[in-house]
Amino acid sequence: MSSHAEPLAFKANARRALADRDLDTALGRMTSGLVPNRARAVAALPEFEALRDRARELKDHVLVNLDHYLERFETNCLASGGQVHWCPTAEDARRIVLEVCRAAGARTVTKSKSMIAEELGLNGFLEANGIRPIETDLGEYIVQLADEPPSHIIAPAVHKTKEQISELFHRHHARYGLSQRQTEPRALVAEARQVLRQKFLDADVGITGANFLIAESGSSVMVTNEGNGDLTQTLPRVHVVIASIEKVVATLEDATTILRLLSRSATGQEFSAYTTITTGSKRPEDADGPDEFHVILLDNGRSALIGSEFQDILRCIRCGACMNHCPVYRSVGGHAYGAVYVGPMGAVLSPALIGIERGLHLPNASSFCGRCESVCPMRIPLPKLMRYWRERAFDSGAAPAAERWALRAWAWAACRPRLYAQGARLAARLLRLLGGSRGRIGRLWLAGAWTATRELPAPEGRTFQERWHAERERSDG
Amino acid sequence: MAGRRDPGRAAILEAIRGALGRAALSADGAGELDARLRRHPAGLIPAQGKPKAEARLAQFQAKAEAVACTVERLAGADRVPAAVAEYLRRHNLGPELALAPEAWLEALPWDRAPMLQLRKGAASGVERVALTAAFAGVAETGTLVTLSGPSHPTTLNFLPEHHLVALKASQVVGAYEEVWAALRKAGKGRRPALPRALNMITGPSRTGDIELEIQLGAHGPRALHVLLIDDEGGDGGQA
Repeated sequence: MSSHAEPLAFKANARRALADRDLDTALGRMTSGLVPNRARAVAALPEFEALRDRARELKDHVLVNLDHYLERFETNCLASGGQVHWCPTAEDARRIVLEVCRAAGARTVTKSKSMIAEELGLNGFLEANGIRPIETDLGEYIVQLADEPPSHIIAPAVHKTKEQISELFHRHHARYGLSQRQTEPRALVAEARQVLRQKFLDADVGITGANFLIAESGSSVMVTNEGNGDLTQTLPRVHVVIASIEKVVATLEDATTILRLLSRSATGQEFSAYTTITTGSKRPEDADGPDEFHVILLDNGRSALIGSEFQDILRCIRCGACMNHCPVYRSVGGHAYGAVYVGPMGAVLSPALIGIERGLHLPNASSFCGRCESVCPMRIPLPKLMRYWRERAFDSGAAPAAERWALRAWAWAACRPRLYAQGARLAARLLRLLGGSRGRIGRLWLAGAWTATRELPAPEGRTFQERWHAERERSDG
Repeated sequence: MAGRRDPGRAAILEAIRGALGRAALSADGAGELDARLRRHPAGLIPAQGKPKAEARLAQFQAKAEAVACTVERLAGADRVPAAVAEYLRRHNLGPELALAPEAWLEALPWDRAPMLQLRKGAASGVERVALTAAFAGVAETGTLVTLSGPSHPTTLNFLPEHHLVALKASQVVGAYEEVWAALRKAGKGRRPALPRALNMITGPSRTGDIELEIQLGAHGPRALHVLLIDDEGGDGGQA
């Protein structure tokens, strides 16, 4: 799949993805693995639903007081020897990262998985400025070797088969004297460990994301399984955390409530292998750790969502449960979306970041089955938010002309009850005729795209209103 | 670059306040939020974070083993050197041990394991085995909590292939919140109250990035071995 997929090409991307057998195998694994794992973890914690309510309240409280909590975060981060950089735009954040790297004389930078770094296009930017970024999360490392974007927010290489990974490693690791081709996951992991170990030790700057920022202590919290994030932030002289402004929570206790939901929702683990709370830089008496600790606070369109109909998406903790459970994501994978954030949460967040004109198809790439909302640990009403984007697309004229005219015609008729009833009666009878004895319609004018892949069940002949009236008369009489 | 005159700072705070349709919080409003920060109310602690005293150690062990830790119960701290030597022998790891410069670990009777060669300080990447202490164990999920500092270089947690942790039974608590309470007490009046790195470790390093099949030892330790020392007088109940 192209690494330069475009959100406006979603339909073509999806068609290509559906024909990709390897992708289908890889995505099937997700449904059979992550989905039941989450279900087991949730079933084992009777308090899960109550924790979801608490977590939603905690985050909503922060969002309506975000200015205050960001200021408190800053004060406490500075007091522990950290530095805070406020970046309204992606460009501001890239500039600050580069300044920090240049001041450190950095040639190579190790990176732990960060969606914000993807949002910033940080790797390409650093490379263009002569600094080599090295992804250290195994999945991110794989997609970096393949020159592809991640296709899932917590399992970036979920679309790759082990044969494809074996081929990639074989091609790229020969230069380290590793010429024997490995094919088994265990051996592939060991090979990546060996190659990346030296990179950790050699890096000048380590860049990580943050799952949370804690206002009361000025700390960042990072949740990982591999330990790459901790090596990234401990070994180099400079540690840079890149985080968006809505990551802040008030206290350690508040972070704890959300942590109880995060891993269970993401992978079905009770707790990830490593949860690290980082507060400032190396202390004078410490034996290791970075001399500098920088936190980049990125807005990039998020403040505009506060107070809007999209505010709920700012509760998202990036667990990936919505995409794991989404039938559309399961069918086409992450790349088809052509956006940094994919699946249901991406269908809501991406249009806010890239504009509804470019993200037009994303909130439409949904069957509206509601599974995403039902598994979201932060109770984000994702289908409702996608509908808001559809409304915005209609209002702004971004929706295609045919769709707008059809909706307008329907609205015009729907405002005229008698005409609407007559029209519906006529249509129901006509469709019944078209359905013939099988009661199914194989091809329908003006709905060719819909009937190209499925049959339309024909109405039984009477409209809902007719049946409703008949029913009322019978029960009244 | 940073600091309060940062134009980005004013822009972001103004944008947030504009979106909320209000100015900066009044002194009263801010005071209320700051009072909550000082109160830091505990959230909902699940039942599995509140095991009965007599079940606490068994639950910690079961949870830790469920995430691929190994747990060895020792009758006293003086048994640690022999247990470590035996672990190295069993796994054919050679005589070298990176020992965290924690006073009570250094004071153990290491002469009882004369084969061991102890190295002290931070890890450099060549060490195969490290022994550290921990600040706490959390029975809720079998999690170890370690604090960075002069007696505990963080690199010892992540660079060696085998991480051995000496944990006293009296350090095992039910829920994470008990650890925060202990930290707040220990760090009272000190700023910053938290160490540079607080590591919560739940099992050895792992990855599922190749076909979602879990492999241990992605970048951190392949094995995490807990030496659970009985310092409470035999039955493991809380004093």
